[in-house]
Amino acid sequence: MELLFAIMVGTLYGCALYLLLRRSIVKLAIGLILLGNGANLLLFSSGGLVRGRPPLVPPDGTVVVPPAADPLPQALILTAIVISFGVLVFAVALIYRTHRALRTDDLDDLVATDRLGEVSEAAHRPIEPVAAGVDPRSDGR
Amino acid sequence: MGLTLTLPLLLPLVAALLLFAVRTRRRASHALAVASATAALVASVVLLVVVLRDGIAVIAIGRWPAPYGIVLVADILSAAMVTVCALVTWATVVYATAWIDRSRESAGFFALVFVLLFGVNGAFLTGDLFNLYVWFEVMLMASFVLLVLGVERGQVEGGIKYVALNLLSSTLFLTATGILYGISGTLNFADLSRVLASADPRIVSVVAVLFAVAFGIKAGVFPLFFWLPASYHTPPVPVSALFAGLLTKVGVYALVRVFTLLFVHDPGWTHRILLSSAAATMLTGVLGALAQQDVRRILSFHIVSQIGYMVMGLALLTPLGLAASVFYIVHHIVVKTNLSLIGGLVERPGGTGSLARLGGLFRTRPWLGVLFLVPAFSLAGIPPLSGFVAKLLVIRAGLEAGAYLVTAVAIVVGLLTLLSMLKIWNEAFWKESTDRPVATDRLPLRLVLPTVVLATVTVALGVFAEPILRLAHQAAGQLLDPEAYRTAVLGTTAHAASAREG
Repeated sequence: MELLFAIMVGTLYGCALYLLLRRSIVKLAIGLILLGNGANLLLFSSGGLVRGRPPLVPPDGTVVVPPAADPLPQALILTAIVISFGVLVFAVALIYRTHRALRTDDLDDLVATDRLGEVSEAAHRPIEPVAAGVDPRSDGR
Repeated sequence: MGLTLTLPLLLPLVAALLLFAVRTRRRASHALAVASATAALVASVVLLVVVLRDGIAVIAIGRWPAPYGIVLVADILSAAMVTVCALVTWATVVYATAWIDRSRESAGFFALVFVLLFGVNGAFLTGDLFNLYVWFEVMLMASFVLLVLGVERGQVEGGIKYVALNLLSSTLFLTATGILYGISGTLNFADLSRVLASADPRIVSVVAVLFAVAFGIKAGVFPLFFWLPASYHTPPVPVSALFAGLLTKVGVYALVRVFTLLFVHDPGWTHRILLSSAAATMLTGVLGALAQQDVRRILSFHIVSQIGYMVMGLALLTPLGLAASVFYIVHHIVVKTNLSLIGGLVERPGGTGSLARLGGLFRTRPWLGVLFLVPAFSLAGIPPLSGFVAKLLVIRAGLEAGAYLVTAVAIVVGLLTLLSMLKIWNEAFWKESTDRPVATDRLPLRLVLPTVVLATVTVALGVFAEPILRLAHQAAGQLLDPEAYRTAVLGTTAHAASAREG
């Protein structure tokens, strides 16, 4: 079972890193999602997998009888899931704004902040809200 | 004891909640923000004094004893970091009351600043690895929003790079934490340092490198720093200043913590990696800065370059090296924040940071030129300013440890830093003014006061270096004595062992 998890985690990490290295911003987001899921599964299996043995103290005892499932990794994953969910929602919103501002899905177009020399005035211009019903791509760019 | 240790966390949290409630009322939120920043500063100074007097302070949250519950631990390094961060946050908040525009304010700018401080302080004070991850996320979340608040074009572009790389770093951190838990079955720093001493050194080295990469991205270490100069110059000046002072230093702090407490099993290997990347960080940072023509971009690259010095002190792993690192971090937080704030004042009259279009500032604002030179010379390491002492310590530590090549790099980079600072000075202040009209209006006191205070601190750190030096040496002594840390957190070793068996 642990071997299966290890293979799955490895596959997820591999796919995620492949997607992160692509130029598409959307694929970057998907890569981050997969990476987060891979990390959560890794945490889950880190304490060792035990089936059908909840870590409960029996009625007539005072300690948990091993082998029992480790509750801590599950608490950790729960925290990590909540955090990564929140962060990802932010990332997706940011990607949406970027797409609306720059009208591109290509990371190689995001070079204005890397270029030597002057910062263009455009970098400090707020992104104008797009009017409802107007296709942002139809302005001739 | 409990309140001393928790107030640096509680105050920013309460402040953030209150500030969010009054975010649309300008005067109230300004007054509340400055008052909260002052209170946080006082609370952290109290913490530092208590820690210096009584030794390592520990509190178990919810009264769950150490290896099981989450502990807050303040040794001298943590307390000093909390104090300096509170100082620069105070300065930035005062500055921001005169800088930040209304729409950003009503979106909750000041509340976010305090959430950021909350996360930063938490990261400094926690004694638990997973808890550190959570604090990192609190801090990152606030920084994400601060970075893109206002949604200018440059901001979203910088934001994408910043968010993507930092998420990757967080995931690596989480991965390393998971593997470490798999090896050791614990996440408490003190307990981990005890268990790892008897663990298989090969897998511990693997985890150590994962942590080095994860924290290296956050700290902006070569070759993982590219997100930093791409994003730090995009948000408004107070945000840049706050990031420049606090965020990368949390990464450096995390590196110091894990590479003195947990991963000291094979310094010849792990710390050698850190040492070579420190040298490369110093060099690439300063060369990047020399190539730039924009005030804030130059300053962003200098953050990277200076991180190299701090990591170098850590990588040497000698008492002097660590003391140098601690002193350097303290000095750098103050100087770098101040330089960013003054960079804002330089830009303000012309509304541009481009060196080609600046000029003639010394004629209209001679005092600003002098004010700029204080942190600029300090960054380059000119006596009697704080940077001189910091660089001297790092270089002496390097020579003592026999790391001649890295030391040579450190000296050369110091000279190049001076060159780069003089470039800004020549272009922005000394050069005849360009055709653009030079503003002669008075700068508001709220913009000038914080920079003057931080410049005074810089001078004081250099002239009265002795007490700070003693503090740095004490902090280094604590860092190199994990046994004392374990005893403070877990009680006596025997007690902790029996607690685990039971």
